[in-house]
Amino acid sequence: MDDVFDVIILGAGAAGLTAGIYSSRAKLNTLILNQGTIGGQMVLTNEIANYPGVETINGYVVANTMKKQAKDFGCQIKSNVKIAEYKFEGQIKSVKLEDGRIFQAKSVILAPGGKPRSLNIPGEEEFKGTGISYCATCDGEFFTGKELIVVGGGNSALEEAVTLTNYATKVTIVHQFSQFQAFEHAVQEAKKNPKIGFIMESELRGFFGNGMLEKVTIEHLPTGKLTEKTVDGVFIFVGYLPNTDTLKNIISLNDRNEIIVDADMKTNITGVFAAGDCNVKKYRQVTTAVADGSIAALSAAEYLLTIN
Amino acid sequence: MKLLETAVHEIETAEELEKIIGENENVMVSCGRMGPMCIPVYDDMEELEEERPNIKFYSMAFDTPEAALIKNAPMCRGFMGLPFNVYYKNGKMVKTTSSIQNREQITSILDEYLSE
Repeated sequence: MDDVFDVIILGAGAAGLTAGIYSSRAKLNTLILNQGTIGGQMVLTNEIANYPGVETINGYVVANTMKKQAKDFGCQIKSNVKIAEYKFEGQIKSVKLEDGRIFQAKSVILAPGGKPRSLNIPGEEEFKGTGISYCATCDGEFFTGKELIVVGGGNSALEEAVTLTNYATKVTIVHQFSQFQAFEHAVQEAKKNPKIGFIMESELRGFFGNGMLEKVTIEHLPTGKLTEKTVDGVFIFVGYLPNTDTLKNIISLNDRNEIIVDADMKTNITGVFAAGDCNVKKYRQVTTAVADGSIAALSAAEYLLTIN
Repeated sequence: MKLLETAVHEIETAEELEKIIGENENVMVSCGRMGPMCIPVYDDMEELEEERPNIKFYSMAFDTPEAALIKNAPMCRGFMGLPFNVYYKNGKMVKTTSSIQNREQITSILDEYLSE
């Protein structure tokens, strides 16, 4: 069994890496255990243009810089781990991996982030990579000269729809409500783009094709009327789900499986904190995740002073 | 010139790719970029390299013309999502997938197509 760390951070997105930077710089013996991609949702963003103090920067570059900062301050990072079991009660917390390794710490910061929400409708898995995509930056150019649908009504959906007009001849945004949830500037950018059309109060019901995506069915929600639409590709941006499945019955979650914390990022368990997109919150931005991570690390440091 | 920042060995030329698939029984190549759909695949391959010594794992940059052998392969026709993951058995392309794959999806293909 390894030594007892001061802090174990679960997750290496913007919140987890920031917590790692703060706690290791405070000379706390810190370990980050990461199950997904280093950088989390940040690496999905080709260009971050609203991070204060930085004009524009690639999300992958930010993630790598944060990782380097954390490591330079002495933070250990173990990636590609699969967590099997948590024990958070008592002063010494432990995390057991599927390979049998056990790591212990006096405090834990949960920062598991979120994962893209899928539509879970017939044909979605079948046409992933042959017409269905979740990343405009990655796959947009494959749809040069093609007709696309973008599903969603938040900032990602509207901003990525505008990006996709660089490639596609026409982009139709399909959204379930009569209004968009995106910021007004993103809505206006989309509305003034002549290549973008809108189908409101509607949801996709199925994907169809022969090897490649050829058409979708769309339901108009107020009337229940189903229509078919021929399309070359569909990009899905319908938000994120918190990665808290394995934390159910261990930590207090709300009815959307988000972790309930106070202003100091404390959970219902003493010595366990949570930060980032996994928490109950309204706005999910890199800046809010970074803020959560900072607060969680400082709160953990304060907690350690009370028990040491 | 290397274009990918991954621990999985990056194939840089078409000649190197042909040599590798000609000399090894089981080969997986992920042809992509440093994007959110590709990085998780490279991470899984890095881990699988230790667990599956009978299989050779490689990355290759999608944007180099040297990757034409993969991009233009008939089994990759219609692919519209990065990375293009290609699996070779005794020098022959036996399976391809497009876009992100999780560890279970990759190991399922390895078990079916590249087992002893």
